[in-house]
Amino acid sequence: MRRYLSRKVLTYLLAFVVGVTIDWGIPHLMPGDPVQLYLSNFSLKPAGYAAMYKMMSQAFGTNLPLWDQYLHYWRGLLTGNWGLSFWDFPAQVSTLIFQALPYTLALLVPAITLSYMLGNRLGAAAARRKVLDNSVLPGGYVLQAMPYPWLALALAFLFGEVWHVFPVSGPYDPGLIPAFSWTFISSLLYHWFLPFFTVFLVSLGGWAIGMRNLVIYELENDSSRYLRALGASERMIRRYAYRNASLPQLSGLALALGVVVGGNIVTEYAFSYPGLGHLIFEAISNEDFFLLQGIFIFIIIGVLVANFIIDIVFVITDPRTRLGMQGGSA
Amino acid sequence: MNRDTKAMKTRQAGRRAARWGIAAAAVLILASASACTSSSSSSTPKTGTSPTSSSSATLAGYPRAQTIYTSGTMYSPPTTWNPFNVGNYATGAQGLIYEPLFLFDPIHNNSYMPWLATSGTWSGSTYTIHVRDNVKWSNGTPLTGADVAYSINLARTNALDPYHANVASVSSATANGNTVTVVFSGAPAYSEFQDFLWEAPIVNQAIWSKVPAAQLITFADNHPVGTGPMLLDTYSATQEAYKLNPGWWGTPQLGLSFKFKYLVDVLNGSNNVELAALSAGQIDWSNNFLPGINQLVSGLGGAGGYGISTFYKNSPYMLSANTAWLEPNTSKAPMSNVNFRKAMAYAINPAQIVSAVYGGIVKAANPTGLLPTLNSYIDSSAVSQYGFSYNPTLAKQYLAKSGYTGQNLTLEVPQGWTDWMAAIQVITSDLQAVGIHVTPTYPQYSARQNDLISGNYDLAIDNNAQLDSSPWSYFQRVYQLPIAAQQTAQLNWERFTSQTDWNLVQQAGTTPLTDTAKLTSIYNQLQSDFLQQLPEIPLWYNGAWFQGNNQYWTNYPSSNSTSNQWTPVMWRNYLGAMTSIYALANLKPAPAPSS
Repeated sequence: MRRYLSRKVLTYLLAFVVGVTIDWGIPHLMPGDPVQLYLSNFSLKPAGYAAMYKMMSQAFGTNLPLWDQYLHYWRGLLTGNWGLSFWDFPAQVSTLIFQALPYTLALLVPAITLSYMLGNRLGAAAARRKVLDNSVLPGGYVLQAMPYPWLALALAFLFGEVWHVFPVSGPYDPGLIPAFSWTFISSLLYHWFLPFFTVFLVSLGGWAIGMRNLVIYELENDSSRYLRALGASERMIRRYAYRNASLPQLSGLALALGVVVGGNIVTEYAFSYPGLGHLIFEAISNEDFFLLQGIFIFIIIGVLVANFIIDIVFVITDPRTRLGMQGGSA
Repeated sequence: MNRDTKAMKTRQAGRRAARWGIAAAAVLILASASACTSSSSSSTPKTGTSPTSSSSATLAGYPRAQTIYTSGTMYSPPTTWNPFNVGNYATGAQGLIYEPLFLFDPIHNNSYMPWLATSGTWSGSTYTIHVRDNVKWSNGTPLTGADVAYSINLARTNALDPYHANVASVSSATANGNTVTVVFSGAPAYSEFQDFLWEAPIVNQAIWSKVPAAQLITFADNHPVGTGPMLLDTYSATQEAYKLNPGWWGTPQLGLSFKFKYLVDVLNGSNNVELAALSAGQIDWSNNFLPGINQLVSGLGGAGGYGISTFYKNSPYMLSANTAWLEPNTSKAPMSNVNFRKAMAYAINPAQIVSAVYGGIVKAANPTGLLPTLNSYIDSSAVSQYGFSYNPTLAKQYLAKSGYTGQNLTLEVPQGWTDWMAAIQVITSDLQAVGIHVTPTYPQYSARQNDLISGNYDLAIDNNAQLDSSPWSYFQRVYQLPIAAQQTAQLNWERFTSQTDWNLVQQAGTTPLTDTAKLTSIYNQLQSDFLQQLPEIPLWYNGAWFQGNNQYWTNYPSSNSTSNQWTPVMWRNYLGAMTSIYALANLKPAPAPSS
């Protein structure tokens, strides 16, 4: 187990270094000069422009040679100084990210886990009942194929504009002063529901279809036939099929949860929900290197941690992994 | 079987517990969001800035009947109230907190209204400012002439100050009590200095002299001390809230009193979100561009049944704010050929853009491109002699003389600017109709900005020329020389070289604003040159987008109002520069506020 883990940890560290380097490299290879872009808002005459350009380049370290910027980047990364945002100058990147993180987590973690649970149940049920299959399968495909922005707009229109049941934008009622009070938290939940529901619906279809196909495959599997031949009850066969089918779904869940910290750009944008997806959108449109890098670091860490956890969970849930680790073959 | 069901039951119970756990986790995370945002807002100056601050701190929210909600000005979370960070200061930093010496009134004859200054007079190359008496900073200290002199000298000596260029010809500013004497070296740059008077903030010397010169822009100033009508109360990632400054000088001295107690400015969302918030009455005052707003305003058979007000009751609904040009890159062929530019000018039908793209909420431009507020400067004889209008036949004649060989050109507007994206569709098909091949492109705003700055484009739509008190800055934008590899200021992006005209612009800049005869002759000459050269092709005037919902507040600024004919805009360079404070002060609560 220790050897397995240490090998994994090493792999993940390597992946982290490569990921971080790419994260730094891509924005720096993007055409355009972000300092210049920011300063174009000022409409400065040459003298003022030169002074301002110098000041900004120093503030962002863009006046340094590339290798030096890269070293600075690592130093900042490890010391928690992720630099200033261009888009919301002079806000700290970390401030912006930690401001947005709770909204994204609260939106996506429940949406993904709940849709995972319900979707798996629906899919497994559909796999064994023709009637259900006839409705779950097409329904699932429609949901899964639904573009988030379209669904978001449709839901906002119906629930917000036509029926006036839910608010269509923002994290809470404007005019509330954030506080740990029921008034504020209920407003948060009220505003949270529609964006949550959009993501929930779209992911639900995917999980259901995946589970249905996997369970059908497992039920037709040789091992199921063997079990059936041994005279096991259908219920028991289904339970084993479900367990086996859960494994690929579980790694899918881990990956989905890993990229959760990237937010859901379109949904957050459509509902003006101030999560990380919204930040990514603004960072890209405003060539905000530092903000973009900061968020991507989060995504890299998120994906790696999720993969690491799933590696461990697999050891527990999948006997074959355990056996493989001990040198045996399944 | 029995064991089986038991196991199932416990597992189901476990599942249920897990589900509740997730719901609880969601609530917890949301609650932590509240903790996060409240902690960031608690860093605002809740105490010490005013005696009433403690009352709002105990509120759960701002009472609807006492609060005006505004939107359409803020594009990133409020982080700085430093009025010198003109690229990103939070809405209201200039205007609600910091104030200028004068206000510019574009609606009533381009006049100036005394604000922190009660008067300003030229005498040779000396300008004397009388600073208003009995004005207090929000920390209780009085505003003095020394603060004003300091603000002018700060701009003069610190190149990071965005108003540095405006005071380039000033040699000194000295205070004697509440009188400030500004001495110029050589010929004063009247027009540039005039812009300083109504655009630049006056800051507190005691506070700002402690800010290191190199940090003039980076200083976040989130405990701002100003002279303005409001105080910063709270802010979060999506909004900022101001409350009235009870000691504001404008109430006793000008009789301006606000009927609301709080002003909450909400971060901009997408168009659909903004429109929904406005029509639902969550936003009272919106400075967003909302396509189709004309239908809501004139809705229900022209009766305005949706309760939305705009500045004009009918088309164009909005005041004109800036000129949208077709900007040819004149450093490249065939755009360098004047006949080609004329061919384009005659080929395009702005009326089609106004009606089909904008539904009549903008106006077609005068051929000179000067905004309607500058009508008195427009030389109608030059316009009738050299002006252009939609005429494809003439366009083809000019095109034949232009040396255009049928090459394909690109016309770019920023991605996501939907009105401009639609407009260039019209333009390309108009140009196509006379035989000019143009492909519309939609790069990201940043990429487009870089293209224009570095002259790496063929054709673009641009609206750099903003509302101003004289044609001076308009022609400066057209003719500024010399042309650098990177045109960093928003000047002469079309890269047009005419030394004669640039000399005229400079001459106008150093002509006293009282010498109207000389100014008129210079501006007339510039207009006739502009129309003959067409370095830019004026197409339409973008609006000063404003719409107000009458559910909670009424008496919005309007062209036919007797009590509120002021600038209805809170954008940067409007609020705290033009008369938007008057517009806000003249709002009235709606007679029977619905819940």
